[in-house]
Amino acid sequence: MAGLFARLKEGLAKTRENLMDKITELVTGHGEVDDDFFDQLEEILLQADIGVSTAVMLTDRVRRRARSEKIREALAVRKMLKEEITSILVGNQAPIVWADHGLTVMLIVGVNGAGKTTTLGKLAARFKGEGKRVMLAAGDTFRAAAIEQLETWGRRAGVPVIKHKEGADPAAVAYDAVQSALARGMDVLLIDTAGRLQTKVNLMEEIKKVHRVIQRELATAPHEVLLVLDATTGQNAISQAKLFTQAVGVTGIVLTKLDGTAKGGVIIGIKQELGLPVKLVGVGERIEDLRDFDATEFADVLFSD
Amino acid sequence: MAAFAGLAERLQQTFQRLRGKGKLTEADVAEAMREVRVALLEADVNFKVVKDFVARVKERAVGQEVLASLTPGQQVIKIVHEELTNLMGGSNAKLKIGSKPPTVVMMVGLQGAGKTTTTGKLAGLLKKQGRRPLLVAADIYRPAAIRQLQIVGEKLGIPVFAMGDQHKPLDIVKGAMEHGRQHGNDYILIDTAGRLHINSEMMQELVDIKGFAQPQEVLLVVDAMTGQDAVNVAEQFHQSLGLDGVILTKLDGDTRGGAALSVRAVTGCPIKFVGTGEKLDALEPFYPDRMASRILGMGDVLTLIEKAQATIDADKAREMEKRLRQQQFSLEDFLQQLQQMKSIGPLEEILGMIPGMGKQLKSLQISEKELSRTEAIIQSMTPAERRHPEIINGSRKKRIAAGSGTKVQDVNKLLKQFEESKKLMRHLGNMAGVSKGSKGKKGLFGLPPLIK
Repeated sequence: MAGLFARLKEGLAKTRENLMDKITELVTGHGEVDDDFFDQLEEILLQADIGVSTAVMLTDRVRRRARSEKIREALAVRKMLKEEITSILVGNQAPIVWADHGLTVMLIVGVNGAGKTTTLGKLAARFKGEGKRVMLAAGDTFRAAAIEQLETWGRRAGVPVIKHKEGADPAAVAYDAVQSALARGMDVLLIDTAGRLQTKVNLMEEIKKVHRVIQRELATAPHEVLLVLDATTGQNAISQAKLFTQAVGVTGIVLTKLDGTAKGGVIIGIKQELGLPVKLVGVGERIEDLRDFDATEFADVLFSD
Repeated sequence: MAAFAGLAERLQQTFQRLRGKGKLTEADVAEAMREVRVALLEADVNFKVVKDFVARVKERAVGQEVLASLTPGQQVIKIVHEELTNLMGGSNAKLKIGSKPPTVVMMVGLQGAGKTTTTGKLAGLLKKQGRRPLLVAADIYRPAAIRQLQIVGEKLGIPVFAMGDQHKPLDIVKGAMEHGRQHGNDYILIDTAGRLHINSEMMQELVDIKGFAQPQEVLLVVDAMTGQDAVNVAEQFHQSLGLDGVILTKLDGDTRGGAALSVRAVTGCPIKFVGTGEKLDALEPFYPDRMASRILGMGDVLTLIEKAQATIDADKAREMEKRLRQQQFSLEDFLQQLQQMKSIGPLEEILGMIPGMGKQLKSLQISEKELSRTEAIIQSMTPAERRHPEIINGSRKKRIAAGSGTKVQDVNKLLKQFEESKKLMRHLGNMAGVSKGSKGKKGLFGLPPLIK
């Protein structure tokens, strides 16, 4: 666990530096809080991609608490902000859902370039490592070489890949995959899908069909619909979460590419707006860098000194 | 929902209020600027850029220039528009050409920005301009990235230089330069692996490639949905490599692309192209003024007209005009118009360019379906019926409806719409004297009953 913490901390170091350095700078610059202090606090949150409404909400909440609790020192206000963010994030924790018995089906969705196929490959290796019988379905039949990309991951993890030709109907791939996974007694089936912008009506209809077919073949499935979200994404992530949830009932978020300088603050907004939990975070390129999201840890790392 | 509305819609709302007023007070301007600030932030424009922008516009807006003018609302919009245009870089930039061939273009960026697809698109564009591009597969890290470029190359009929994933990218580039020289390629486009701007080892790889290949263009590919971090990414890549330009991808979604403003403001590099779809020809030059218009919800009529001109056959348009004048316009012509409209681009895209259409886009998804249905109905008619719709009686209607998978009511509706269009066109013809040929624009606007 210590290693995990260190790794996550390392991955999030930039996040922390950006956000906390500025807050530290801010609180040490101000002995006592004033309007200017709160304006700057709001700006810092905005820069973390937390979003206007969430930033305003957080700042207001802290401002009100400071007033009612008669707290004037900047340092104490900072602690308050950490508490507020933690309280939002703690409710944001949820483990991966597994079928009560038999096959668990996970559908991976998201916009182009979010990291769906990579996430799926890492998940396959991880589940396989846990001794599960894993199968992959190459449901991205659109992008050139997406099927080959998934096959490479399948080979690396040593798990079978169900595929059709490029251009095939992804719902047909999903159908075959569920049938095959059931027949072969798999524990988990991970279904990849083509990247699609959430506003493309036809493509969203296509993924709804994939979802319907899975449900028809196995009534309890899909057990997880994971939306892969690039941590560098700004406020559009909220639109992504909203429209994908409307279409296929997203059950959780995978936040990728947190090892850059991106802050991923938008997950706070998503939790606020939609109540969607973050289930996994990607903090690096290695297979083990895809981790369960731990809200307390995330907040701790964000606020550790 | 308001929180996720595009920047254009937000500013439109703001300025709607300004428009309603005769004169602007300082408080009005201040309120408008607050809205502009929120809208820009929600559009993911970097926070510092927003601050500068708002300050600049406010300064200009509150001054005499605005308050003394007759239509203050318009004046403010003009200022915001001008400042946005300035921020995004004045006029449109083109690809540089080397003094002697080949011209080398290097594509760089984060993972998942869309480098490989964009590299393909750019090569396709160059090929269309009569160039002989060579694609270079230098992403040895992502599984099947090389294969992806090869497939893209095959689709476009453009050669791809690859050495598999067991050679260093620098060696691949060396091989490619040699290959390109021998085969007379005048453009060499290098697709590099996605990497984090803070990964110094991987950044060094790019520095080495640049050192060897001496590219005329190092282009940063940026996802239009990028948030505040766009600034850090662009800054770091610019510092390490010295960028020449930026390509903005995935602009066809509902993101307002605030990253465009940020990246331009921070690096000073022009945005040269924008990716507007998954198809390999969905790459367009970047026009700051048009983008500003779009952001402000003023529509993008210039692009629309250009697209229409590029797509609509001038001869056909003239022929149709003649038929219109002689009032011989038939359902066949109507069908042709529909197909031309479709070939300009997706309906939602076309209408997004028309001023004032931004808000109504949601209801239009039905119209796209209606368009296809209309097409199906006409295609289920015999040539005689298309030329003389008046012969379509009850039993013919039943047949047409069955053939097109629609109902008799749908057929009736179409016939009625057609009659109305015909009347309207006759009217327009009489008014404008259709003989002043205007490249098929009549055809475009002869469809109002369909596009409500």
